[in-house]
Amino acid sequence: MPTFLLLCLNFFKAGLFAVGGGLATLPFITDMSNAHPDWFTHQDIANMVAISESTPGPLGINMASYIGYKMFGFGGAVATTFSLVLPSFIIILILSKLWKKYKENRRVNMVFGALRPAAVGLIFAAGFSVFMIALFPGWSNAGLASFASAGQYFDWKCLVLLIAFIAALETPKLKNLHPILYILIAAALGIVLKL
Amino acid sequence: MDETKAAVSEKETVQADAPQPSVPQPYGKDWPKWKLSLLLFWTFFKIGLFTFGGGYAMLPILEREIVDKYHWSSRDELLDIYALSQCTPGVIAVNTATFIGNKVAKFPGALCATIGVVTPSILIISVIAALFQHFAENPYVMHAMAAVRVCVVALIFTTVLRMAKKSLKNWLQYVIAAIAFLVVALFGANPVWVVLGAGLFGFFFMDPDKLNRHRGKGDN
Repeated sequence: MPTFLLLCLNFFKAGLFAVGGGLATLPFITDMSNAHPDWFTHQDIANMVAISESTPGPLGINMASYIGYKMFGFGGAVATTFSLVLPSFIIILILSKLWKKYKENRRVNMVFGALRPAAVGLIFAAGFSVFMIALFPGWSNAGLASFASAGQYFDWKCLVLLIAFIAALETPKLKNLHPILYILIAAALGIVLKL
Repeated sequence: MDETKAAVSEKETVQADAPQPSVPQPYGKDWPKWKLSLLLFWTFFKIGLFTFGGGYAMLPILEREIVDKYHWSSRDELLDIYALSQCTPGVIAVNTATFIGNKVAKFPGALCATIGVVTPSILIISVIAALFQHFAENPYVMHAMAAVRVCVVALIFTTVLRMAKKSLKNWLQYVIAAIAFLVVALFGANPVWVVLGAGLFGFFFMDPDKLNRHRGKGDN
């Protein structure tokens, strides 16, 4: 099979089986590199993750675009990205149909009565892991065990900034500013303050 | 204090839309599908362009654009989509775009929203992969990203607290949220199992009479 098709097929497979968000795509990409060492190296993967995390956009999409571009240029980026997205696109369309049909069902509502708070908890946990990465640069998230070593990476400037942002977001007039504006201001502040 | 906040947000929605109906109409309801789809493309393009740090980080912008501005979805429904995305394959941001797009303008909407959310990534990554090999090590990028991460934390926390206040309606739901947070944040549990476990628990034990939910009003 031509490499181009094989690459798309591999990303389709990752899109079909990587459950739980963008980072879940990473093991699939590592496998691809192991199975086809001539495609890209582990150093490429490290580069890819670094760039994906410092550019906007969903992680999984960024990673697919990067590898597609590295191998086949712009067309490759488009092809790998859409291969990755296609499985979940179809699955979500089917789920939406089922959702419409069953959302008034009592049992379904009971299930979502528990899923909704679970989602709140999960989003909080995701925020918490970004919180740790933001306040303790260089600290890696490996659960409870690594908390002890986190202290040496603490950056007080980031804490001050965090408090300032939260205060702004709780201030009546400022909190209605668009989140995008906050992100732009943050980027500018980071450069000015050399965080 | 809760009541004053609710009153304020109600005032906002009323002045943003038609005079009285307590549930605002979804924006562009009578538009042709192609026009709605274009708006969906543009909206999700913006969301893709300013999502730093994965699908969860887009929640604040989603809430602002999809819930507050266009009334295409409710906060409860966003949480439902996130929970579903967690146990279906694929990128959360993309799943959300597909779901909302399909809800607003059927298949063309789903297609446009999905393409919209991935287009900024394809463009930006292609330019960086072509021109800036050491983009991530650039000091300006590192300084900007350090501050953006802090900002994203503040946005996620304030958003999720607001959503929790509106979506959690009894003590049992607060307990579930706390357990989900603790096992994932402190013990590194896989979110897939948290969602499946919570779903199973809900199936047997979440008595709807205790929930006092007002479903079916905001959704079409």
